[in-house]
Amino acid sequence: MTTAIRVESLSKRFLINRSRPREEYTTLAQTLGEWLTLPFRQLRDGAALGGRTEEFVALDDVTFDVSAGEVVGIIGRNGAGKSTLLKILSEITTPTAGRVELYGRVGSLLEVGTGFHPELTGHENVYLNGSILGMSRSEIERQFDAIVDFAGVYEFLETPVKRYSSGMKVRLAFAVAAHLNPEILLIDEVLAVGDAEFQRKCLGKMSEVATSGRTVVFVSHDMTAVRNLCTRVLRFERGRLVHDDDPSIVINEYLKGIRTGSAFRDLTGPEVERTGSGEARIERIEVCTSLGETSTAVAMGEGLRIRAVIRSRAEVAAASVGIGIFDAMGTRVTGVNSEEAGGPAIRLRAGRQTIVECLLPEMNLMPGTYRINVNLHRATARDALDFVRHAIEFDVIESDVFGTGRAPNRNAVVFLHSRWEVRDASFDPMPGESRAAASAVNV
Amino acid sequence: MLTPPTRRFQLKLGELWSYRELLYFFTWRDIKIRYKQTLFGVAWAVIQPTMMMVVFTVVLGRMAKVDSGDLPYPVFVYAGLLPWTFFANAITNAGNSIVGSQQIITKIYFPRLAIPFAAVGACVVDFAVAFGMLLLLMFWYGVPIGWSILLTPLLLFVVTVAALGVGCLLSALNVAFRDFKYTIPFLVQIWLFATPSVYMVMGDGTAENKNPAQRNVVASDAAAEQADKAPSGMSSDRFDSRVILRLNPMTGIIEFFRAAILGGDLAWSRVLTSTSMVLIVFIVGIVYFRRVESTFADII
Repeated sequence: MTTAIRVESLSKRFLINRSRPREEYTTLAQTLGEWLTLPFRQLRDGAALGGRTEEFVALDDVTFDVSAGEVVGIIGRNGAGKSTLLKILSEITTPTAGRVELYGRVGSLLEVGTGFHPELTGHENVYLNGSILGMSRSEIERQFDAIVDFAGVYEFLETPVKRYSSGMKVRLAFAVAAHLNPEILLIDEVLAVGDAEFQRKCLGKMSEVATSGRTVVFVSHDMTAVRNLCTRVLRFERGRLVHDDDPSIVINEYLKGIRTGSAFRDLTGPEVERTGSGEARIERIEVCTSLGETSTAVAMGEGLRIRAVIRSRAEVAAASVGIGIFDAMGTRVTGVNSEEAGGPAIRLRAGRQTIVECLLPEMNLMPGTYRINVNLHRATARDALDFVRHAIEFDVIESDVFGTGRAPNRNAVVFLHSRWEVRDASFDPMPGESRAAASAVNV
Repeated sequence: MLTPPTRRFQLKLGELWSYRELLYFFTWRDIKIRYKQTLFGVAWAVIQPTMMMVVFTVVLGRMAKVDSGDLPYPVFVYAGLLPWTFFANAITNAGNSIVGSQQIITKIYFPRLAIPFAAVGACVVDFAVAFGMLLLLMFWYGVPIGWSILLTPLLLFVVTVAALGVGCLLSALNVAFRDFKYTIPFLVQIWLFATPSVYMVMGDGTAENKNPAQRNVVASDAAAEQADKAPSGMSSDRFDSRVILRLNPMTGIIEFFRAAILGGDLAWSRVLTSTSMVLIVFIVGIVYFRRVESTFADII
């Protein structure tokens, strides 16, 4: 077999600043200020050179080969280096050390709708997006009808994309991407979009691509999709390639391993996104399974415990805590609130720490990564004492929740338990009567 | 093959050529969206320099009576503002273009130069539209059109190269230092006053006794001073302002542009000096851009 991708001792390191959150932009004044004060700081720190910046290793000496026609899944927790690897393979960022050889034309789909411009019409965006993804104009012309057909937006072709529904936008974007014909295709989590029907269509298209002899590298948190599409799976952990084998072997081991690890977050740092009066602050958040093992991962159907440590500066006679749960796309799935749920009033004393714990006895969420926002507010009042966005993440992982060996259909956010009955209709009274009879019984 | 970035100086414009369709689409997008949902649409390309012309005609032409030679001041000032507006818009748009394309840059690979190049390219279209207005003005005021108007494309090319150099430099700096977002408008304003687009340089001579280092340091101050002095005739009887003017590559080009279109002495030696300065600016801009572009996706 011919090699399509060769990765040799690839490393990527970032320099991160310890005293400053990474997302903040550097301004010239800051940099100048640092230059000017650098000698003094070094003097103070006993010439501890480089003490201020810290190296973050996103990828650490990764080596692997991919043969032409292989469909390789890449899995791992957040921050394991999956996306960094994809970004290097697609030339968005450069490696710090090592090298990559790619044999064939590379197409990358790190996001659907890259470069869509809201002011342009659907028609224009197909051309623009296609050319950004690396299609030539003649190629787009040739495929144009197929793209529009796949997306099903024919009537709105001359409408600016900003007037599209989000579903239409995503459909059009995926349609363009699906008609990209590279020899090597790099895909990052693009299936997590669109409505159920469209997701099925995408999965169909994906397996079509996967079986067409093209080389595919597919990063996903969606174990079912990885299992169904890939012929080989690589697992990354803290920037290292730790497991390279058949999909089911790697995935099973991964699901076992994901259940341990620290699952708390210190919320006192400056990088925490928060609003609120600040009279009380959530200092720490923790998630664990209902059995008490600290874990960022909870199996479908299992319980989840969320624990918040609050320190108050003022006396609050009655506070309540709200927890909003969001899926990876940022859609609010649901939320709970101690007050609404009839939980105990939370009394906060000045200068003291209070622990508030919330038990969600059954997680009927589908596998995926979820984020929670925590809102601490006075009971009966809506304005927050402290509101923390994206306080912590947790993963819901696949499990045989129905005990049937069959997982519920992936295209959903929640799953429900259901009971089924089948009777022979000829022994049953008329449908209308049956309803009357049933309600009579219930009463 | 992808390896860690090397620190060689390179322009690699060839790669951009192989992505010329993308460059075309970016330019086309920039033109398309520029005047979307505006009432006057592409007429803004004319309105902008025309309004500036009216303002300068009233303030400088009427009130301050700035000398415009034998030419009617409106034509004189429009011919100066035309290449200037192009240059100013081009560097402003290009300077903000990379930061504005953050989303694409972190998600897909293509030669990053395509973004500022397209931003400059879109401004060329505005220039072409506004140039039509200049011809109308000349007709209205009865200014004869000479053969030298044929030099316009060449001059446009030089201004474009200058805008590409400055634009790429600013766009790359803007990624690392967002300060430039706020600096660019000042830069453009100061540069306008340091360029003889609304006035003319009188009695040209070179400065003898100012040392170059000092000149560079005081450049912006002097330009601001220049701005203060602007209403009092721009006769440049003090040497320092003229030094600034001559150090500014746009000076020679704009003067030449005006002379080529409205008639006048074609100062070839000056325009060639300016052109070589433009080339240096271009190379510096592109080389800097090339050196830092691999970090864009990480720090933007």
